[in-house]
Amino acid sequence: MKINRFANYALAAAIPVFLLLQQTTIQSSAKEISNDEQVIRISASTFDFKPSEITVKKGVPVMLELISQDRHHGFKLPEFHLRADIKAGVVEKLRFVPDKAGTFTFFCDIFCGDGHEDMSGTLKVVE
Amino acid sequence: MKDLMHRRDLLKLAGMGVAVFVTGTPLSASGSRLEETESFYFVQLSDTHWGFNGPSINPDSQGTLKKAVAAVNALDEQPEFIVFTGDLTQTTDDRKIRRDRMAEFRDIVSQLKVKTVRFMAGEHDASLDRGEAYQEFFGDLHYTFDHKGVHFIVLDNVSDPMAAVGEQQLRWLQADLKQMKNDARIVVLTHRPLFDLAPEWDWATRDGAAVIDALMPHPNVTVLYGHIHQEHHHMTGHIAHHAAKSLMWALPEPGSVPKKAQIPWNASEPYKGLGFRDVEAEVDKARYEIKEFPIGRAQ
Repeated sequence: MKINRFANYALAAAIPVFLLLQQTTIQSSAKEISNDEQVIRISASTFDFKPSEITVKKGVPVMLELISQDRHHGFKLPEFHLRADIKAGVVEKLRFVPDKAGTFTFFCDIFCGDGHEDMSGTLKVVE
Repeated sequence: MKDLMHRRDLLKLAGMGVAVFVTGTPLSASGSRLEETESFYFVQLSDTHWGFNGPSINPDSQGTLKKAVAAVNALDEQPEFIVFTGDLTQTTDDRKIRRDRMAEFRDIVSQLKVKTVRFMAGEHDASLDRGEAYQEFFGDLHYTFDHKGVHFIVLDNVSDPMAAVGEQQLRWLQADLKQMKNDARIVVLTHRPLFDLAPEWDWATRDGAAVIDALMPHPNVTVLYGHIHQEHHHMTGHIAHHAAKSLMWALPEPGSVPKKAQIPWNASEPYKGLGFRDVEAEVDKARYEIKEFPIGRAQ
């Protein structure tokens, strides 16, 4: 029983560390702009996207990996005609090529609660 | 008609007139020629968000709706009916609090002198439980009613959290419109804009274009809605869309700022941007004159 309890504690301690590392990786990948396909994982939870600011390079394909940490959310990026349902535990992938530079808003388009209207982020496309 | 003109003159003296109009020939809602020309007026209140708490946005969140009720009751001439175009309550994940807020809201508006009140849901009322609690308190999410030659259609574009009317309701709408003569007087009441006002701000209905397509064969259609917390007027072809102010907080003009945000309370201009409206229907001309009333100065 002690071993099991220890294992539970270790697991409980490891999960936040893993999530932190994962988050750091996501933010790094968003900042480092390469000429290869840019893979960016976006985590949705009430009422934020993480990361909420993403920078990509114009003309370089982007793969967005969307996942919800809690309830059903939506992802909509009208300027690039992108939208997806984001459900807990399911990775939804959207691939596109940003063909114009600028700063564009993405947001949750499925009403998810009291902070829904603030649940948005920005995609910055640089030359 | 004489009374209506008298009332309009009084309002003009008060300097509060804004007119919107469409013309036509005298017809009843079912399309038959009216035996007698009728005119009437009703009041639209919207986005009351009962249960909202944000002192920097509205320090009188417990009092604004009550002031609006008092202001409507103080109108010299009472409207024939009153409509609430959604977001009656502020959303919550808690089922009990949601119902408590709806019960409180219902109690407050029961103080209106006019007892014919038509409700509709906003996403804050109905999106998290697909309208379950709302229907317990206020009835159907979509329905029609007729008043003195005008056919009113209440559309639900909120109980689906994806902000859609949906195929089933669309078929219901098409069947209802099929019974109407083309030039029947039709007023659509709904919460979200049916056109893409600002999709990036969630100011749209996903299948709103299909609704507008269904309405388009009818030359006398007007849409009244809420959701965007400000007065706004827009035409899609010959169909006029008029958004109403909120009774809790104001929002910026569409696209005027990078990120949509509630406009903070201004102590030097309390209740600025909040209010309600009356709509005078001149049925013979298919004309609707809208007048906006601020909170606390409606008399």
